[in-house]
Amino acid sequence: MNRIDSKFRELRKNRQKAFIAFLTAGYPGLAATEKLVLEFEKNGADIIELGVPFSDPIADGPVIQMSSYTALKKGVTLKKILDSVSRLRRRSAIPLIAMSYFNPILRYGLPRFIKDAVKAGLDAVIIPDLPPEEEKDFAKEALSAGLYVIRFIAPTTTLSRARSIARSARGFIYFVSLTGVTGARSSMPDGLRLQLSSVKKIAGPIPVCAGFGVSTPAQARFVSSMCDGVIVGSAIIKMISKYIGRPGLASSVGAFVKRLKG
Amino acid sequence: MKLPDSLGHFGIYGGKYVPETLMGALKELEVIYAKARRDKNFKQELAYYLKEYAGRPTPLYFAKNLSHILGHVKIYLKREDLLHTGAHKINNTLGQALLTLRMGKKRVVAETGAGQHGVATATACALFGLDCFVYMGVKDIERQALNVYRMKLLGAIVVPVKSGSQTLKDAMSEAIRDWVTNVRTTNYIIGSVAGPHPYPMLVRDFQAVIGKEARSQILAVERRLPDYLVACVGGGSNSMGLFYPFYKDKKVKFIGVEAAGFGLNTSYYAATILRGSVGVLHGSKSKLLQDDDGQVKIAHSIAAGLDYPGVGPEHAYYKDTGRAEYFAVTDKEAVESFRFLSVTEGIIPALESAHAIAYLKKSSRKFKKGAVIIVCLSGRGDKDVQSLKSLK
Repeated sequence: MNRIDSKFRELRKNRQKAFIAFLTAGYPGLAATEKLVLEFEKNGADIIELGVPFSDPIADGPVIQMSSYTALKKGVTLKKILDSVSRLRRRSAIPLIAMSYFNPILRYGLPRFIKDAVKAGLDAVIIPDLPPEEEKDFAKEALSAGLYVIRFIAPTTTLSRARSIARSARGFIYFVSLTGVTGARSSMPDGLRLQLSSVKKIAGPIPVCAGFGVSTPAQARFVSSMCDGVIVGSAIIKMISKYIGRPGLASSVGAFVKRLKG
Repeated sequence: MKLPDSLGHFGIYGGKYVPETLMGALKELEVIYAKARRDKNFKQELAYYLKEYAGRPTPLYFAKNLSHILGHVKIYLKREDLLHTGAHKINNTLGQALLTLRMGKKRVVAETGAGQHGVATATACALFGLDCFVYMGVKDIERQALNVYRMKLLGAIVVPVKSGSQTLKDAMSEAIRDWVTNVRTTNYIIGSVAGPHPYPMLVRDFQAVIGKEARSQILAVERRLPDYLVACVGGGSNSMGLFYPFYKDKKVKFIGVEAAGFGLNTSYYAATILRGSVGVLHGSKSKLLQDDDGQVKIAHSIAAGLDYPGVGPEHAYYKDTGRAEYFAVTDKEAVESFRFLSVTEGIIPALESAHAIAYLKKSSRKFKKGAVIIVCLSGRGDKDVQSLKSLK
């Protein structure tokens, strides 16, 4: 069974919501990322999203742009990230998802990526610029190898489209909580409750997790109360930036994750 | 075979590689455009503005002096430089602005490199009462100061882009981010035959007026089709606009001229077709300048309008299928041709268009005697005079 599915099964049994933490892999360095993943797990994170840095992250706001840029400058590549995943797998069973724009994966080679990702112990991949219409073979082959391709539903997705996305969704549905790029917002958009309840209905047994713009423990609690889990990225990256070069990076950011998990 | 297919693919290229948030807006644009292209009123309205406002049809000028110097060929210049705002970009922005009105949207975003598309978008927005935000790399803002001022005069807001290479690539990323954020109220007017479907198709169709006119003009004068069509290729809109109406005329050879920058043997060029590999950037699959890890490289060209590491998917398709051939000329050759055309014909070309002239000049021997060649003079050089003056 895919680790994501077992995780949600366990969460449901314990009447808990999923807390999904995003990290830009290689920010501030890959060793730090690995340490942070283990620290996050200790502090209650349920699933980790590892962002693969890309030169042109069109769905990301300034914070993740900056962290991607820094990671790229340090020579982080998809290959090295998969190596990190392998190392992490020896020490942890936490579900690991790679979040990557399509081009680095395409360049790596689609069959080779699927093979190496599964071998490393990756559970799923999230590709923000790959809608279900494109590269259908890739999603099919990934799935049969045991690698999920997580699908998005956005506030602008029509009902009929959402239904068809939900039908082929695996792991969970990533609901984009606002129209915009990643990054902290002071408040969550009106209508989120209504949208989430409609997506929940459409999703049926597939869990729905919401991300984009969620930055505080209160927001995380609010959002996950309406669905099955919440994804936080930019706020964590911001916290990392604050502690770079200071002692206690992992423990301080870990403490933040603990508050986000609530 | 229909190009593109219903999902926007040109062979393996094209498609819609965008965040889910934008899929609805792309569908809406597809539907609105499919209706508009069949709608007599829309066609009449666009034709009216192209003629009375933009100044179409543009002349197909027989460049006697240029032909004489090259010796054995007949060169015709398709004078897009004479259009309102000084380049072919207005053909497309008028069309897309009219589509924006039909969508009921009041706000427009656009990206610009040389500033020509930015000016053309700002112009169409002023004409039709739309709010206009143009994203432009700070490096381009410096080298195209005149166009920045023009956009501001036209009432547009020019948003400086400081990320990445600070040129067209990053301007486009930033415009997409704005669009994702404001998609309900905002239409994105893309300036080239790039981006997600339906943009490569609709920009091509709006620019095809260049080739349609050129085709009937050359038939009227020469009583035959041309042997070659030559145009510069950055994203590839003026070249596609010229080529496309001749697509089925298999004897007409298409030549796209890319920017070799400091030279193809250096790492400073923008020749995506010649030096790129298959990749996905800004919403479509095409050729891309990238490293081994799939990170997009920074392009270089002295011509801001060619300074882009991607290229329209239909060009990549033309290249693979052999329908078009692609060559590249350096910054230096382009600057020489900028001066060359100025003194031989009294026409100061845009640095982008000067690439096409430079190709003619350096490859004239390959054309057979009596060959008829149409060159797209996509824009005028006023915008480049300032920066070339300081180069001297």
